[in-house]
Amino acid sequence: MSLPVRQRAATLAPSPLGGRIIIAVIGLIFAIPIVSMLEFTLRAADGGHSVEHWLALFDPRNARSYAPIWVGLGNSLVLSIGTVAIVLLLVAPTMVLIALRFPKLRRPFEFLCLLPLSIPAIVLVVGLAPVYLVIGRTIGTGIWPLSLAYGVTVLPYAYRAIQASIDAVDVATLAEAARSLGAGWGTVLLRVLGPNLRTGILAACLLSVAVVLGEFTIASLLNRQNLQTALVVVNKQDPYVAVILSLLALGFAFVLLLVIDRGAVARRGIRSRKGQQ
Amino acid sequence: MTLQRSSTVEFAEVVKDYGAQRVLHGLNLDIGAGEFVSLLGPSGCGKTTALRVLAGLEDASGGAVLINGSDVSRVPTNKRDIGMVFQSYSLFPHLSALSNVMFGLSMRRVPGREAESRAREMLDLVGLGALAERYPHQLSGGQQQRVALARALVTEPRVLLLDEPLSALDAKVREQLREEIRRIQLRLGITTVFVTHDQEEALAISDRIAVMNAGDIEQIGTPEQLYTRPSTAFVAGFVGQSNRVPGIAGHGFVEVYGRALPLLDPGEHDGAIDVLLRPEDIRFAAEGIPAEVLASSFLGSIRRTSVRLADGAVLSVQHPVGQNPQPGERLFLEWSGQPVASASTTAAAYTRP
Repeated sequence: MSLPVRQRAATLAPSPLGGRIIIAVIGLIFAIPIVSMLEFTLRAADGGHSVEHWLALFDPRNARSYAPIWVGLGNSLVLSIGTVAIVLLLVAPTMVLIALRFPKLRRPFEFLCLLPLSIPAIVLVVGLAPVYLVIGRTIGTGIWPLSLAYGVTVLPYAYRAIQASIDAVDVATLAEAARSLGAGWGTVLLRVLGPNLRTGILAACLLSVAVVLGEFTIASLLNRQNLQTALVVVNKQDPYVAVILSLLALGFAFVLLLVIDRGAVARRGIRSRKGQQ
Repeated sequence: MTLQRSSTVEFAEVVKDYGAQRVLHGLNLDIGAGEFVSLLGPSGCGKTTALRVLAGLEDASGGAVLINGSDVSRVPTNKRDIGMVFQSYSLFPHLSALSNVMFGLSMRRVPGREAESRAREMLDLVGLGALAERYPHQLSGGQQQRVALARALVTEPRVLLLDEPLSALDAKVREQLREEIRRIQLRLGITTVFVTHDQEEALAISDRIAVMNAGDIEQIGTPEQLYTRPSTAFVAGFVGQSNRVPGIAGHGFVEVYGRALPLLDPGEHDGAIDVLLRPEDIRFAAEGIPAEVLASSFLGSIRRTSVRLADGAVLSVQHPVGQNPQPGERLFLEWSGQPVASASTTAAAYTRP
């Protein structure tokens, strides 16, 4: 009971060997599908292994059959930009406003933001279909209005990431201090709160991009083309290229998460130094 | 360092409501140019609200706040030209100490080079010139509050507002920094409003203290006036230590345990009242009121002993360290000093003139 926390944790933790075994087993579970995908893309027609499918991806003769993928990728990037814009211009300012002025709204807003997590996309789309029927008639069937729906699906991730960095600083006091020094509200947001919430807002944006790039259900059921729907289409003619692109998308999402994590480590470093004083 | 522009501050019938609850009941307070005034009171008395209304961080529900005679009630915080130090650490975490101090100057469009030299000068004044490049997380609590003070002062504001800036600090640092705040305030001659719940802090550094209770000022005066001539029982009880004992008032005197003491306010109505006695106005005597020692604490230059009287009342007595009564010891008490009492309807305070 009287042991320091660190020591107590050590006695509860598995031995170094046990720890490695656990990591190895979990790593294997995650590695099997990815390695299988990689092995699949390297299969040659003659039964051996070669990189011909990877090279085929860049072969101009295949451009026609791969065209849907480039269209889908372009659409997904447009959707990413639209979704990030919603996070940056709507979600983040709203959360700052709630933290500064309407602290009582925090719980209801949190509930609202986490709600999409509990509603499957297939259910969401049933409600969205009539809305997009109207949108299709009024502002067109272009791809970008879909980012409004994606703005809803990324809410839980964006909320969590931004709220964590709002909780890490005393936004109300920082804003009041800046106001007392002569700063207007714009300056407070951009020069005082912005830099201190940067990690959380960046994480929210990158998570949103990762979610949008991986989204299939809503786009498919609303008859919009994005990266995932294109992959399904191409998969029917050439399964190899679909798997290659899935691997690339996975790698891209992995890099995004790595960037977020590096940002978080930098922040944690600051706080642990503070803790020592 | 140039002398600050000294400004007067006036609260005129300031009322503040939070929903149905009224936290300021028509506050009136005049603060002279260059004066250091403390708002002292228990938590929830409205002192911080009053300061925030002066800063413009809260809107008053009624009345007016005047700086240099002009009504600033409708002026937003960032246009009021004030400097403020907060209770919680309020330095911008992403800026160095120097950049923090320069922030207010850049808001006023002071050119970079001049801003930097003024900021460094101010950091020197608070004794942190050597740590200008450090970030807030690399500074101790006391150092952070010094930087916050420099940041509030560097713009040469009309009024300096201090919202319990010392309450998060260790006792030693707190005492050191409060002396320093007073030294800097006197040197710059800046009008200062200081909010605190610590009466010792207020007594030590203020020109005048406004004792607040339940949204109103009970008494305003110099530290000496408040201590020796408290105008209400609340002030007598809140400022300094006191013992509350029952007495019988009559003809300008009050009888406490068989001994008559003159009341400060002879107009006090006759009958049973509570009397407040300072610990330093009770002494041990060869004969007098019998008492039994409960405990005695050594406080360095003095000793404070709690004793129980025959009727069960417990009193605190302050006396020289030479006397060292032991728990359980029986001795006698006598009231000393010039008896003065001030009265309210239910209680009277007795203390020295």
